[in-house]
Amino acid sequence: MPNTLNMVQAINQALIEEMNSDETIVVYGEDVGVEGGVFRVTADLQKKYGEKRVFDTPLAESAIVGTAVGMAINGLRPIVEMQFSGFSYPAFNQIISHVARMRNRSRGKYNLPMVIRAPYGGGIRALEHHSESTEALYAQIPGLKVVIPSTPYDAKGLLISAIRDNDPVLFWEPKRIYRAFKQEVPEGTYEIPIGKAKIIQSGEDITVVSWGAMVRDVQKAIEMVKVKDISVELIDLRTIAPMDRESFIESVKKTGRILVVHEAPKTLGVGAEIISIVNEKAFLYLEAPPTRLTGFDTTFPLPRGEQHYIPTPERIAKTIEDVVRY
Amino acid sequence: MIFDEYNPLDNKIYQVLDENGNLVNDKDQPNLSDDELLYLFKTMLYERTIDEKALSYQRQGRMLTYAPNIGQEAAQIGSAYAIDKDDWLVPAFRELGAWLIKGVPLKNIYLYWYGNEWGSHFPDDIKMLPVSVPIASQLQHATGIGMANNIKGEKNVVMTYVGDGGTSHGDFHEALNFAAVFNAPVIFIIQNNQYAISTPRKVQTKSKNLAVKAIAYGMPGILVDGNDLFAMYNASKAAVERARNGEGPTLIEAFTYRLGAHTTSDDPTKYREDKEVEEWKKKDPILRLELFLKNKGLIDDKWVENTKAELEKDVTATFEEIEGKSDTEIDDIFKFTYEKMTPQLEEQLSEYKAFLEGGNK
Repeated sequence: MPNTLNMVQAINQALIEEMNSDETIVVYGEDVGVEGGVFRVTADLQKKYGEKRVFDTPLAESAIVGTAVGMAINGLRPIVEMQFSGFSYPAFNQIISHVARMRNRSRGKYNLPMVIRAPYGGGIRALEHHSESTEALYAQIPGLKVVIPSTPYDAKGLLISAIRDNDPVLFWEPKRIYRAFKQEVPEGTYEIPIGKAKIIQSGEDITVVSWGAMVRDVQKAIEMVKVKDISVELIDLRTIAPMDRESFIESVKKTGRILVVHEAPKTLGVGAEIISIVNEKAFLYLEAPPTRLTGFDTTFPLPRGEQHYIPTPERIAKTIEDVVRY
Repeated sequence: MIFDEYNPLDNKIYQVLDENGNLVNDKDQPNLSDDELLYLFKTMLYERTIDEKALSYQRQGRMLTYAPNIGQEAAQIGSAYAIDKDDWLVPAFRELGAWLIKGVPLKNIYLYWYGNEWGSHFPDDIKMLPVSVPIASQLQHATGIGMANNIKGEKNVVMTYVGDGGTSHGDFHEALNFAAVFNAPVIFIIQNNQYAISTPRKVQTKSKNLAVKAIAYGMPGILVDGNDLFAMYNASKAAVERARNGEGPTLIEAFTYRLGAHTTSDDPTKYREDKEVEEWKKKDPILRLELFLKNKGLIDDKWVENTKAELEKDVTATFEEIEGKSDTEIDDIFKFTYEKMTPQLEEQLSEYKAFLEGGNK
């Protein structure tokens, strides 16, 4: 029987398969045990593995992350959940001051094999603080890895790699596409390497770099510009930090143009970094200004306004055309 | 059980040895052999010597910013001596005596304050975390280590430290709450040295003492004379037993005083009176143990003099081992950020090395 899963199910399966083979893995956070998480990503884990390995905590993000630091030092591989990435700020101090630094601080005596999972991004008509894209906040911190899947298949393979990684990984899940589509996902474990982007389709005229839920919107835009004879190379970054620079450098050398599409605010975002790298490494190949299409530098609007915030396929298509016709 | 006898709501302070080195109550004299007593006293002198030498090196421009422990030796050594080698120690940054008891070599400690990360790379068999500068954040690591022990079914316990200022932090609340909820085997020691840099204890909380905070978390708390080695040892030992027996965490407030500055960058005369310091000098933890041991006939002036001279020689030699030859290797700055260097780090390192090799130092 084919194993056709949406992203929630794929992540759940990755957790189950890894917990089966590695008894040091523990999963905890707010409502992850009995309820299986507000998005049901951790459904049934507590039933399968018991309250010692899968449990609910008091409501305190800093302690959820801070205790995971202690657990990782003491031989476990904790996977903790921030209920929403917008609730991760109370844990900011632990993440920046300790999660990211313990290996360096102790000159390798203590490493932290831990994963912090969080649903992120907008488009689900949620309350305030439930919609932001925070990857850039964390991607700048030395010592952290930041991973974002865009498909169920990638979500499973990337999460398995994150769990097995001996460094801390922030695994940001694009909740807008948690259940948007299903995909055949192999049963049994497989790894997708962290730090490697994926060329989703090759093309000749322009390179588009994106990640998370935006990848699907870019794909829709690509269909729209196809009729205008524009051939797009689409790269799914998959890992925000450490970033796979070669993927888009090589691509830009071929296409001469680049557009970065992300949901997070524009200024000082991940797109700015990508474009700086292109300027440093592929400057003489450029035929048009490297361009960003992103969320605005505003607070993420409440649901009645969010359709304006997230770049739509139509805007992406228009921007692709503008860059190609420059 | 002392936790029943000394309810922090009564604000009663637990003391065994008074300022004059006399036992307040014989029945509480800890079960320590003469050798142990001498070892503990010698470690207190060692700690004092390390501090005094570091302060003097700092004044001479040979040492960087340093946080001295003078006056807090009993709080640190009395508590840490209650745990075993297999137990964990999670420090803040002012627990030199506890680190020494845990077996951290002085060379590590001086190297850390000298400005090199290798100082925090303790020998493999030492279960202690590096210094944690962000106030109170380390308490959560202690709780996590304790929770992991419960998950793994291990019997060792965790001793962790925070200052009076740290009790105002959210992390203090979260760590104690988690520890109690998950019955983690953790002993929380508050070194209440009366000041958080310049801010006095009364500005931190309206509570009559800090131990009383334990009650709301559902764990025992006790207010202890932090300058009394015996009281600190007894209270800690009882807390360790509770933790080892699966009875969960305990909060101990060590009521003590920082006789020196917060760090060498601080000038305490700006925020406290000399008179206050003089009063506390009479309560010096080393002084009272010295009187007790002399009364007991275990040491005399000559012993103290010889021991101090010997320790000073040892401390000086250790500092000279690291002085002037502890600059950070460039590779080490990059090598420990991740398990494997990223292409970005490799590139930055090699570009920097190429610059240096070009002779443009």
